[in-house]
Amino acid sequence: MLSQYALIAVLAIIAFALPVVGLLLAWLLRPHKPNPMKNSTYECGMETIGETWVQFKAQYYLFALVFVAFDVEAVFVFPWAVAYGKLALYGLTEMILFVAILLGGLMYAWRKGALEWQ
Amino acid sequence: MNYLRDFFVNLAHSWTAWLAGFLPGWAVSLIDYVIVAVILVMMPVIATLTLTWMERKVIGRIQNRIGPNRVGPWGIFQAIADAVKMLIKEDIIPDRADKPVFNLAPVLIAAAAMMLCGVIPFGRRMIGADLNIGALYIVAIGSLSTVAIIMAGWSSNNKFALIGAFRIVAQLLSYEVPMVLSIATVVLLVGSMRMGQIVEAQTVPFILVLPVVFIVYTLCGIAETGRSPFDLLEAESEIVAGYFTEYSGLKFGWFYIAEYGNLMAISAIVTTLFLGGWRGPGAAFAPVLGPIYFAIKVVLVVFLLMWIRGTWPRFRIDQMLQFAWKVLVPAALANLLWVAIMLKLPAPVAVQYVLMLAGNLVILFTALTLLGRAAKRVVAQQEAKQQAESGLVAA
Amino acid sequence: MEAVAFAILAVVTLGGAIMVVLSQNLMRSALWLILSFFGIAGFFVLLQAEFLAVTQVLVYIGAISTLIIFAIMLSRNFMDPSEPRFNEQWGLVGGFSALLLIGLATVVTRVAWPVSAGLPPADAIQRLGIDFVTAYAVPFEVASVLLVVSMIGAIIIARDRE
Repeated sequence: MLSQYALIAVLAIIAFALPVVGLLLAWLLRPHKPNPMKNSTYECGMETIGETWVQFKAQYYLFALVFVAFDVEAVFVFPWAVAYGKLALYGLTEMILFVAILLGGLMYAWRKGALEWQ
Repeated sequence: MNYLRDFFVNLAHSWTAWLAGFLPGWAVSLIDYVIVAVILVMMPVIATLTLTWMERKVIGRIQNRIGPNRVGPWGIFQAIADAVKMLIKEDIIPDRADKPVFNLAPVLIAAAAMMLCGVIPFGRRMIGADLNIGALYIVAIGSLSTVAIIMAGWSSNNKFALIGAFRIVAQLLSYEVPMVLSIATVVLLVGSMRMGQIVEAQTVPFILVLPVVFIVYTLCGIAETGRSPFDLLEAESEIVAGYFTEYSGLKFGWFYIAEYGNLMAISAIVTTLFLGGWRGPGAAFAPVLGPIYFAIKVVLVVFLLMWIRGTWPRFRIDQMLQFAWKVLVPAALANLLWVAIMLKLPAPVAVQYVLMLAGNLVILFTALTLLGRAAKRVVAQQEAKQQAESGLVAA
Repeated sequence: MEAVAFAILAVVTLGGAIMVVLSQNLMRSALWLILSFFGIAGFFVLLQAEFLAVTQVLVYIGAISTLIIFAIMLSRNFMDPSEPRFNEQWGLVGGFSALLLIGLATVVTRVAWPVSAGLPPADAIQRLGIDFVTAYAVPFEVASVLLVVSMIGAIIIARDRE
């Protein structure tokens, strides 16, 4: 099994190397004439107005948080799914309970408007 | 003749045996890994060259025009012209951008697309690495793209790029949940996360057993690649170019390659999970036919995705997110539980499959009915608002 | 071969962790943390716990790192490198940290940890799944309750602010 991961490691190294090599090649090939106009931040062709940092809505954070909960739930589902063939009926009921609890959480988030996007 | 029946695998074995004649074991393995890795890594690049041409022709025809036809017969060299252009354009890095992170983001996102190809079964025993956790590996690598996008948006030091990055990450996160749950449903049916096993278990292609899971996964896949109708961030008339506003030259090119590489990878995964992968008439007897069937199916799925892009209108971001959480997640969970219940029925497999199909259609019908009712409510609300406003104006 | 992999992963993980603390830019610290997480995933692979490795990438890097970065964005001065690095209490804290390091090192090296002799079984994931619903059924369900509680808590706090 470790040999499979050796291939994944080699794949990762080459997958990172290729874009780097490509970028180096492009760096050699292309013109490099910086001027302040070109290097300034793009804002529809005008000067930037105000600080670059924008008001970060708490909404994004809530989405990420609900995502974390469901991501972990999904991770729990996979070993259960792989072992399902060997489980008796209680395997099914326990997963139904698990999913029901999380659906309850989703319902709460829904009702409280955490899933809205202003 | 027998050699040709399983040509690619036999070729690999002959080559490995020849190498082992004069090299130590670890060197042979390393060379083999490097060769496989190079082939896999070139796939998103080749996919970009071919699929961009295909896309422009298909979308062009849908929009009643011809598409590129100047560079080479039927414009097939258009992609190469674009590639050369990207290589030689000047690379502009904005003033206060965070240079290392700025340069790393396109590398990371392209690398993620390439690493996805490592677990896709192109044929029987023609898979980079048939990991025990293959199905989860795909989701995990997908989540790498999320990080890369945040890096790109933040390091550009540009309001639009930052906002664009947040919004697309919210979209990616929201659609990842039903995607993972759909994959879990297929894993449940097969009893293993190994991609090779998932193909081997499809004596009946799963799209016939679980069509709604296929629909959910495909929609999530389209959202994950950021294509239309979920391409609010790249929409030319919207927020400039979203998180890659400040990128030019080949860095932009790598984002582009990552997008088409992901398109190909998602299509390949759909083919593996739902269309039976490399299976087809005669593939068991002559495994060399496997990759051909696989390629045909992948092209069909890609064509489907391009068709959707050319015909469906774009979603607004709030519609998109609501759809993911309020429709797709409950539907995916319902599918998962239904398949689980069906698998425990003391009935032969064929009966179970038919019941799963029936359950899928019930879920689809319920979802569409509820959506229809919700849509009518929204329309009624809007009409009431309009009447109130026109009433005010008239009065 | 494994020793080489271990050494590389150790450098990546520890290097990333050190850079998290040393980096002056909060956002860069978050990115170094992500690198460290990758190193940990690599260690899980070396230990043949592939499910844990992929969970590490999927949950820690895919979800929790995003959450951390969003939390950083919610705070305002994350790009201010003019803040002094050390405050007045650094001597006291440094002393306690050194003591903690010595204590942990002693525990790790002196205790006779029960090391399993063999490799994980080939059907480890299946066994994990079976354990979820048999031996560890209560923690399994409690985990879902915990997730829902954290979701509800965060939603309440975030709504309060608006």
